[in-house]
Amino acid sequence: MPTVAPLDLDGHCIAAVFLDGVPHFALADGTIHRLDHGHQWTQVHDGLLCASVEHSGKTLLTGGEDGKVCRSGGSTEVEVLHEAPRKWITSVAAGPQGVLAFGSGRTAFARLANGTIKPFEHPRSVEGLAFAPKGLRFGVARYNGVTLHFPGTEGKPVEMEWAGAHTGVTFSPNGDFLVTTMQENALHGWKLSDGRHMRMTGYPTKVKSFSWSNKGRWLASSGAPAAIVWPFQGKDGPMGKPPLELGTRGNTMVTAVAFHPSEEILAIGYADGMVLAVRVADQKEILLKREGKGPISTMNWDKDERRLAFGTETGDCGVIDIAG
Amino acid sequence: MSEAATAAAPQAPAQIPVTVLTGYLGAGKTTLLNRILSEAHGKRYAVIVNEFGEIGIDNDLIVESDEEIYEMNNGCVCCTVRGDLIRVVEGLMRRPGRFDAIVVETTGLADPVPVAQTFFMDDDVRAKTRLDAVIALVDAKHLPLRLKDSREAEDQIAFADVVVLNKVDLVSEDEVRKVEATIRAINPAAKIYRTTRSGVDLANVLDRGAFDLNRVLLNDPHFLEEAHDHDHDHDHVCGPDCGHDHHHHDHGHEHHHHHDHDHDHHHHGDVSPIHDVTVQSISLRGGEMDPKRFFPWLDKVTQTDGPNILRLKGIIAIKDDPDRYVVQGVHMIVEGDHQRAWKDDEKHESRLVFIGRDLDREKLTRSFEACQAQ
Repeated sequence: MPTVAPLDLDGHCIAAVFLDGVPHFALADGTIHRLDHGHQWTQVHDGLLCASVEHSGKTLLTGGEDGKVCRSGGSTEVEVLHEAPRKWITSVAAGPQGVLAFGSGRTAFARLANGTIKPFEHPRSVEGLAFAPKGLRFGVARYNGVTLHFPGTEGKPVEMEWAGAHTGVTFSPNGDFLVTTMQENALHGWKLSDGRHMRMTGYPTKVKSFSWSNKGRWLASSGAPAAIVWPFQGKDGPMGKPPLELGTRGNTMVTAVAFHPSEEILAIGYADGMVLAVRVADQKEILLKREGKGPISTMNWDKDERRLAFGTETGDCGVIDIAG
Repeated sequence: MSEAATAAAPQAPAQIPVTVLTGYLGAGKTTLLNRILSEAHGKRYAVIVNEFGEIGIDNDLIVESDEEIYEMNNGCVCCTVRGDLIRVVEGLMRRPGRFDAIVVETTGLADPVPVAQTFFMDDDVRAKTRLDAVIALVDAKHLPLRLKDSREAEDQIAFADVVVLNKVDLVSEDEVRKVEATIRAINPAAKIYRTTRSGVDLANVLDRGAFDLNRVLLNDPHFLEEAHDHDHDHDHVCGPDCGHDHHHHDHGHEHHHHHDHDHDHHHHGDVSPIHDVTVQSISLRGGEMDPKRFFPWLDKVTQTDGPNILRLKGIIAIKDDPDRYVVQGVHMIVEGDHQRAWKDDEKHESRLVFIGRDLDREKLTRSFEACQAQ
């Protein structure tokens, strides 16, 4: 039986993650809480807007209303990587070997491992950021498409165009596909080898959360009464194929999704605070957590593969141990 | 967060009101903003500005954002929103409790339509905030010049719920009246307040409920009547020293600065004689409407003429319906609802005003009248 260890906090949880096996909860008020031999917390920002776990799995990058980009984790001191007063840092993404990117206004910044910061100006706002799984390359979601930058070289950016406002971006784990969330109730995808488009529509609301299965065979998404899971097994991705609908409920919406680190099992969080785990193969459902105070806003698995950290918009956070 | 998510959240806080300040550089927006922030009314504001101007804004919570217009990818050119506002409002609303209301100050060149539409078209923004009113600051001295060299100045007036006619001390009474007449020609539905140093009573710009169907036409019960009974313009125009209560306006009230009742405001009918005005308003009036004809007509008009309609407002008498039906719209977005029962002494009639460009007055009038119940 799964067991839930609750952590009742006050405020909107932006990211519930494991850092070196310790659950961390980053809240919009700028505090980062952790369950490390008791509840401890650190004030990192005056207003925290975005977060991304670094590839080491030990530190969290955060950006805030205070214009700071910070690196923190565990009991180590908070490292301020960048500071621009009065400018919101609205997106941050972790890259390979300590490289990171962050966005503020119409500028995307890449910070190289040696601390050098390279700005990349855009004609429109930088909405979302993600690094590609291979090579030193990151994508910027923007109005009318995605711009791919190569911060390690002086190479020219590559523009991927599709009309509309793109708000978030992700690469498939094999690097073959690029997918964005949009201001419309839709995802858009590109096959990177030939630039072919994939339209993934039919959502009743905006897609806020997405997650790839470990080998990239599936892309799960929120924004509907079920988790919408697109098949990416074939060389053309989901083109011409319908998605799976997992964990369908009639009276609420899926607000967060997180694939298990090794199995094709999806954790699905709902607007009423419930969390289910659903196996893709047979669509078997297990209740991980009952309804709570507010919508699930973030979920992430530990590398040990049996614990799931969750956060909500109302602050009732916690850790689910699926083995009990 | 989704709409359904909001519904599921227990004790969801009330929607935060949003006031939008438009107007050209130098019209007095920042002065008004600082008055809103500093006067003792017990409210805390979050302020969204495009850039920190030369005059400081005295507030704890100021967010700078780049005006970012997003066209929705649905083939409709007038479906535009402000992407920066979606992002900033979403961020602000994750930490509620810091403020009671939001003020958005736009640049002089800003198009007010995407700002307003953001609060209707984006589900997340709409779930947590409500547009209270669009306030246009107008410089009495420079407006004629602005209207010559920009379409934005005209759009801002056409779209406003309240026009603060500022710096009236810099021009003669005659010039003020001409400027007022121009404003009235562009937008007969807006309330106009004459001020110096943005000294408008804050009750006239805050908590207006201008987009609230329950209040949209309660606040200004005369705007449509005036369009018809065009013998006086005093119902809407007050000086800075006017303490008159507009919620219970008396028809017989007369202001000292309008004793001559000049008729240079041709908002009620023919094409405006004012050279630099391209916006027109069309006031329609009819009897009780046949719902089977009126609603399809309104749908069709807003679908086909939506791009040309800046605002529409109306009170509709539906045949065999004891309630007043009110509608308000921006481009293709139209909202309507029953407001309240008709009073015994009220005439059951339908009144509708369109403010926009390139509207076919004759066709709208004819087709509107054809919707009347037989």
